Amino acid sequence: MAQRIGVSAEGHGKMCLAVPMELTDVRTGGRGTARADGIVRDVDISLIDDPRTGEFVIVHAGFAIERLDRAEAEARIALFEDMARRVSTPEFAS
Amino acid sequence: MKYVDAFRDPAASRAVVSELASLAGKLRESGIRPAIMEVCGTHTMAIARNGIRDVLPPEVSLISGPGCPVCVTEPGYIDAAILAATRATVFTFGDMLNVPGSEDSLATARAAGADVHPCYSPSAALDFARANPARETVFLAIGFETTIAPVAALAAAAENGLPNFSMLTALKLVPPALAALVSDPAVHIDAFLCPAHVSAIIGSDAYAPFAGPGGRPCVIAGFEPLDILYGIRCILAQLADGQAFVENEYARVVKPEGNVKAQNLISRYMEPYDAAWRGIGVIPASGLRLRKQYGAMDAESRFGIRVEPGTPPTGCRCGDVLKGILNPPGCPLFDGRCTPENPVGPCMVSSEGACAAWHSYRRIAPAGKDA
Amino acid sequence: MALVQAHCARREGRLKEHGQILLAHGGGGRMSRSLIEAEIAPRFGKGPLKGFPDAASLPDPDGPLVFTTDSFVVQPLEFPGGDIGKLAVHGTVNDICVCGGKPLWLSVGLILEEGLNISLLRRILDSLAAAADECGVTVVTGDTKVVARGQCDGLYINTSGIGRALPGFSLGPEMIRPGDAVLASGPLGDHGMAVLCAREAVLSGTGPMSDTGPVHRLVAAAADMAGAVRFMRDPTRGGVAAVVNEAVHGTPCGVALDEQNIPVSPATRSAAELLGLDILHVASEGRILLFCAPEACDPILTAWKAIPEGRNACRMGTVTADAGSVLLNTLAGGRRLVDMPQGELLPRIC
Ligand code: SF4
Repeated sequence: MAQRIGVSAEGHGKMCLAVPMELTDVRTGGRGTARADGIVRDVDISLIDDPRTGEFVIVHAGFAIERLDRAEAEARIALFEDMARRVSTPEFAS
Repeated sequence: MKYVDAFRDPAASRAVVSELASLAGKLRESGIRPAIMEVCGTHTMAIARNGIRDVLPPEVSLISGPGCPVCVTEPGYIDAAILAATRATVFTFGDMLNVPGSEDSLATARAAGADVHPCYSPSAALDFARANPARETVFLAIGFETTIAPVAALAAAAENGLPNFSMLTALKLVPPALAALVSDPAVHIDAFLCPAHVSAIIGSDAYAPFAGPGGRPCVIAGFEPLDILYGIRCILAQLADGQAFVENEYARVVKPEGNVKAQNLISRYMEPYDAAWRGIGVIPASGLRLRKQYGAMDAESRFGIRVEPGTPPTGCRCGDVLKGILNPPGCPLFDGRCTPENPVGPCMVSSEGACAAWHSYRRIAPAGKDA
Repeated sequence: MALVQAHCARREGRLKEHGQILLAHGGGGRMSRSLIEAEIAPRFGKGPLKGFPDAASLPDPDGPLVFTTDSFVVQPLEFPGGDIGKLAVHGTVNDICVCGGKPLWLSVGLILEEGLNISLLRRILDSLAAAADECGVTVVTGDTKVVARGQCDGLYINTSGIGRALPGFSLGPEMIRPGDAVLASGPLGDHGMAVLCAREAVLSGTGPMSDTGPVHRLVAAAADMAGAVRFMRDPTRGGVAAVVNEAVHGTPCGVALDEQNIPVSPATRSAAELLGLDILHVASEGRILLFCAPEACDPILTAWKAIPEGRNACRMGTVTADAGSVLLNTLAGGRRLVDMPQGELLPRIC
């Protein structure tokens, strides 16, 4: 059969796009496995200092570029939830 | 998706939008019509895709900045990449395929037989080089700090034992571009909405020179719609208070010092140089290239190719678009001779390009007509 | 005893030599005949194909016909949730269904690459036969060609299909009216993302599963409300964005889609996020987009939800009087244009 190599979608590979994924496996050689909602993929974790299983990292083009601070994320989510509650509760809407 | 969905909540969006409206009202009283530059192409795309402009108060304008890597890459780089593809198997981010070089694009070169492969991850190039030791393999390494960090990791992986792998680099840095913008008298920007993932690498401290007295508010925001809306809200609040400081609204990922491990890896393999930006010109110390001792990994020295400036398309105003001097519809070629199917300039090619974003997700005016 | 051994050795030799497709399998000679006899006849050699006439003689279907053709070049040939054989049936059958037809007969043209593994071919043909059975169509004619190594990528399939027009449907974009509802029969973009993820070897795990499947039961379920159905399409290449834009192009209508109501399965959404793709541009191969009068919306949704392939059906938009404009009401509360996808977003997904 004709030789086939990582041919992928054209027009994708958005340059700074990255998504949070959870590390499920940390191996030697800067390799690891990460998952997000039904997607599991190998990621390069050599840019992360002391990566741990269970941590969330930001994955860009197959590389984890930084870890996600869950406490900061939860705090921000709480802030937004609070704002949302205020708009949907008439007595608090000024 | 965890840590994604929560930042797209419609009710919270409405709440932030109503705060935006009252802040804009305050600014109106002081006669300020803020012009905010979103520096990063991914912000440009996210703003367009989420219809953010549609919910902003009318006096707030968002201007796209120079942070679209494809857009600021010189046509001569494409020419060099096409040349490389005659001697090696070339891997590239898909966005690059249709960027016009001086004459051809990588897509037309590929149709004529050049060996060009789009990939999601640069690792695909490494894997190919490993599996095909007899085949020269080149990765087109273009991008800002977000991509530079993986490219440095790639260099580290390839340094030992992959003699057939090299990179054609056009790597650019965000802070020098901001410095060039703020010193250009033709540019009028009241505040910067700073990139999310570039900042993850360089850290929020990197924006200090652009804030402070006489400077501008610099607010770092994530790429989700709520992040963006809230970032704009923080900018308006600073402007209303007459403040200009660095504010990190993406603290779940960005640290003041950035990713130090990545920075160390980058400086081990790369050194700054005066890079040419398409449509803008040469900006001092605004690019990174492989250090001399890694010449074997540098496709330019390996194949004796030189990246010349090349010939930019006539009539294209990408430079002015990238500096925020011109909105895409102000270009005489916009949506006429220049469309995503038939792009004249790079800003119409990449989905992160301002012209492509304007074209694809035009702002919808209240009457349902394009603004 | 020696004789038996020699015979076994010969048979083994033959099996070995037949482990892959050879150019001679397409030469029209004895090898071609044996390929047809071994692989095609047992699966399809009933009905009109019996005895392999040069052309199929079909009974008079008594009424207007629907006729369509499609070619399939998907890569990889097998992907999570399906394979090129299944897809070749569903692609053609669904085109007939969304035109308001009941699929009856299928032709199958195979182009095989020299060196193709025979057990792979068998799996694909089995899957094709099973899909045809499920849809109630009969393969009535076909053709097999072999090309030299490198001249095709393993296997290409062309199918053409004939169906009988179902009474009651009167479909077309010109039937669409402002106020009509836009329904989706299930989560969108699964096929495109599944194929893409299969190609990106680095993406693994549960991943998106192709939705390749027949829509004939969905069309039959909507047939009770046939008079109120304006237009149907399966959102294949170009996805929802292409179908909806094409549907209202040149009409006095537009469409407003609600981002909040666009059905997407979690794995497909994660993959699209990761790769930076707009789900509205990604193909499905077993879904319908249906435009209907507002009063038909609830009955059709109820009927759809009663069958497995319509379980996650929902209303995701409304037809507007804004000529030719397709808008998305975003989660952020804004609106933006839903443009036609540009260029080869996802090459060789079908
Ligand atoms: S519309 Fe086209 S020609 Fe004009 S600036 Fe944009 S890319 Fe360049």
